[in-house]
Amino acid sequence: MLTLAIFLPIAAAAVFALLPRRLRSDVDPARDDPWTSRLRLVASVVGAVPLLILLGAWARFDGGGGFELVESSEWIPTLGVGYRVGIDGLSLPLALMTAFVFAVAIAYPVDLRGRPGPYYALMLFLEGVSVGLFLSLDLFLFFVFWDLSLVGIYFLIGAWGHGDARRSALKFFVYTFAGSLALLLAILGLYLATEPRTFDMAEIIRQQPLPAGGVYATLVFLGFFIGFGVKTPVVPFHTWLPPAHVDAPGPASAVLAGVLLKMGTYGFVRVLMSMQPETFARFAFPIGVVAVVSIVYGALVAMAQTNLKRLIAYTSVNHMGYVMLGLAAAGASIAGQEDAQALALTGATLEMVAHGLITGALFLVSGSILARGDTYEMDAYGGLAGRAPALTGITVVAAFASLGLPGLAGFVAEFQVFAGALAVYPWLAGIGLLGIVITAALFLRMLQQVFLGPLPERWTEWPDLGWIERLTLGTLILLIIGIGVAPALLLDVIDTFAGPFVGR
Amino acid sequence: MDDTMGSAGMDMASMLGDVIPELVLVVGGVVVLLYALAVPRRLQSGAAVLALLTVAVAAATTIPMLDGPEAYTFAETYARDLPAVWAKLIVLAATAAVIALSLPWFRSDPRSGEYYTLLLFSALGAVLLAGATDLKQFVVSMLLSSATGYVLTAYHRLSRASAEAGIKYFLLGALTSASMLIGVAYLFGLGGTTTLPGLRTGLTSTSGPGLAVAAALVVVAVAFKLGAVPAHAWMPDVAEGAPAPVAAFVTSVPKVGAFLFLARLVLVLPPDGLGWRPLVAVIAATTMTLGNLAALWQDDVRRLLGWSSVSQTGYGLLAIVAVQRSELALPSLLYFLLAYVLANVAAFGVVVQLRGRTDRLTYAGLARARPLLAATLTITLLSFIGVPPLAGFAAKLSLFAAAIDAGYGWLAVLGAINTVVSIAYYARVIAPMYFDDLAGPVPVLSRTAGFAAVITGSLVVLVGVGAELLFRAFDGIQLLPS
Repeated sequence: MLTLAIFLPIAAAAVFALLPRRLRSDVDPARDDPWTSRLRLVASVVGAVPLLILLGAWARFDGGGGFELVESSEWIPTLGVGYRVGIDGLSLPLALMTAFVFAVAIAYPVDLRGRPGPYYALMLFLEGVSVGLFLSLDLFLFFVFWDLSLVGIYFLIGAWGHGDARRSALKFFVYTFAGSLALLLAILGLYLATEPRTFDMAEIIRQQPLPAGGVYATLVFLGFFIGFGVKTPVVPFHTWLPPAHVDAPGPASAVLAGVLLKMGTYGFVRVLMSMQPETFARFAFPIGVVAVVSIVYGALVAMAQTNLKRLIAYTSVNHMGYVMLGLAAAGASIAGQEDAQALALTGATLEMVAHGLITGALFLVSGSILARGDTYEMDAYGGLAGRAPALTGITVVAAFASLGLPGLAGFVAEFQVFAGALAVYPWLAGIGLLGIVITAALFLRMLQQVFLGPLPERWTEWPDLGWIERLTLGTLILLIIGIGVAPALLLDVIDTFAGPFVGR
Repeated sequence: MDDTMGSAGMDMASMLGDVIPELVLVVGGVVVLLYALAVPRRLQSGAAVLALLTVAVAAATTIPMLDGPEAYTFAETYARDLPAVWAKLIVLAATAAVIALSLPWFRSDPRSGEYYTLLLFSALGAVLLAGATDLKQFVVSMLLSSATGYVLTAYHRLSRASAEAGIKYFLLGALTSASMLIGVAYLFGLGGTTTLPGLRTGLTSTSGPGLAVAAALVVVAVAFKLGAVPAHAWMPDVAEGAPAPVAAFVTSVPKVGAFLFLARLVLVLPPDGLGWRPLVAVIAATTMTLGNLAALWQDDVRRLLGWSSVSQTGYGLLAIVAVQRSELALPSLLYFLLAYVLANVAAFGVVVQLRGRTDRLTYAGLARARPLLAATLTITLLSFIGVPPLAGFAAKLSLFAAAIDAGYGWLAVLGAINTVVSIAYYARVIAPMYFDDLAGPVPVLSRTAGFAAVITGSLVVLVGVGAELLFRAFDGIQLLPS
């Protein structure tokens, strides 16, 4: 079943890419081409299938510890490579979130530049590899999906982006591919230390092939740290993110921020903390410092932005800092703090899910604003609340969720992260709290600039969200509220992983 | 007396049985030549069909050799071991693709018949080089491979670029040939024999500086075939100036033989005292770095592919560095050669099918006009970068793993950094194809060439996905009689 969730979208992508030119209507960019909306409908339906499959997997998930619903077969046994997928309390929520964000992003209307066929092919392909990444239980397979996701986004930004899209796409590709090569070397380092040699994650976690200490273990740790850190991104590896986000089309940004950034933090937990826990514990404090720098720096820089999308991009740096802080606290080896550490870990995991949904919604909204107003500069807007109540309402909820208002998804996650981190690294967490204050200020200012005040003359004909936008964004908002009100549903799943992980 | 004669005769027959594919290539080449001399100009294309047939028969006689027995025949001067057999198959596959590309390219050339003879002999040179376990054998196959290469490169004798490329290739080749002959003579003097198995016992680390100089001279000659520093300079010029199908051939096929001979040669050198491993490591490092940096500024796609070919040699040399220290070294070398040769021939194949168009800017919008060709070129370039699941990825993975395993982690890190740099210039070709609007009409050559390019390109994907079969086949192979 899990395999189907990965390869159905990829197979559909191949079909979309190979459609005859007349059907994918990418010869003449005629906007009223009937095939465009039909293609979108088909792509949306296919894009929703992995979500249904994963919901089925959730229903069958019992959380007894270890990996469940495992599907495996040999692939390159001479090198110890296998095709292995499965779920546990960590990967299930992230895979679910991924499938959900993709289903929404694929259905979301966007300027296709007369090339719907390749666009939907790339989105479906990305969905398949992203879900695959969170489900894979083999480092080799993990890396294959990791790299494929980069290629997919590269073409999405380059061909459908705006502004200096090609430059941003290339910068994104070079940075993240550099990270992925560091990751590759680290994986090889880990692989060569296993006996018998294998890429099987469960087996490596059992073997713990690299005890802490020594240059070798540290180098492997560094490789992993750079690989995952670039993707997350943590300061100072974040510079690829703002241009990539600003120039990408709305749904691609939503996917990039909502899903792809999580690959980095997921890797920290799944690979680094699980396979080199002692080395991670050694470096937990510096990682915490980096996290806090990301939090405060990301928030401050976001505060200074006049460009709506750039602002949201920098809040992503800030929010991923929360996740990293939670992970640093969870991975530190401090005796007697197991409860706090489990709290930090569940918080960090929940933050990954919550940030995926929230930031996905915010980027989709900014895409809609761009489609209507042709600019991201917040100065150009104002008073939209009167003209577009639906747009305003959705943005306000998403922004409040992002700044951590109780009752919404972001609050539960941030509360747990900070509650856990305060017990382990009180000073760091104290400084990190500043980030929450700053993000509150900057989101309120953003809402005020765009939606309140007098309506500029040129926007008197501003159209509110269409029904597809309302439906897709509405489901995202419902989920954000749902997780905020009843977090236990997800927390129970995450706890089946987090509890045993910190040895509670 | 009669008895020994009889057994010698038996030996001769069985020895000839070991080189049937090579004999097929020789005979086929001669047949093609006679055909070209005999038939009128309008039938010259028939020579391509005969050449293709020759390659097919040679491949058919090679495949049974995969099941052994391994042997070192002709008094241990020539190997029919698994690496040599695989090298043969790689060379033959590439040659077949190049013949298919050449057929439409040379159709209007009234004297194209001999071309295929040269191509077959050049392939033979690469094959012999891959099997050489003797210094004299090495010299002969190097010269055969080089001499045919010069002529092939300059085959468009009226084109200045082609003639210039031929001259550059020849001058550098002449220089390194001299270095090869001196080195070989010196090695013979030090070791007392010319067979590699004999030299392994004959050469001792006490030979000191003399041995180092001799080995270095031979390595420089091999570096010429590989397109490695310091004898790499012909690569971009040949890629740019030679007839496009020849560029596909000369920038990849001879490397197969040269890499295998280099791997055999370093096995012979005494491991202690000489320090050939650091030497090859330095060559690998400079080759990949120089090739990448030079490629960054190319606006000519063929020159860019030429420089990229230099940098790819650098990655391949990682396997040589790891020889004997990592069991991954030989499998990764063979896999790399397969992945690299296929991708290189496919990339040049797309250029051939586009009638040799070479300005980077004229590739704008190609994805809309010729989606299949654009996809093929993209796949080959992504394979050069090493994006999974293409063949180049598994190649880089195993090369890096072998280097780390051999204690040369820094080389793997340098390879990774180089890979990142390489993205920039590969993307300079990929991006305009997909992100820009069509610049003008896109004339193509013929269905045959397009078919050959696309098929070779899809092999790059297949080899990547089916890496297991190959790695299993390469598992535990040896290069010299133990």
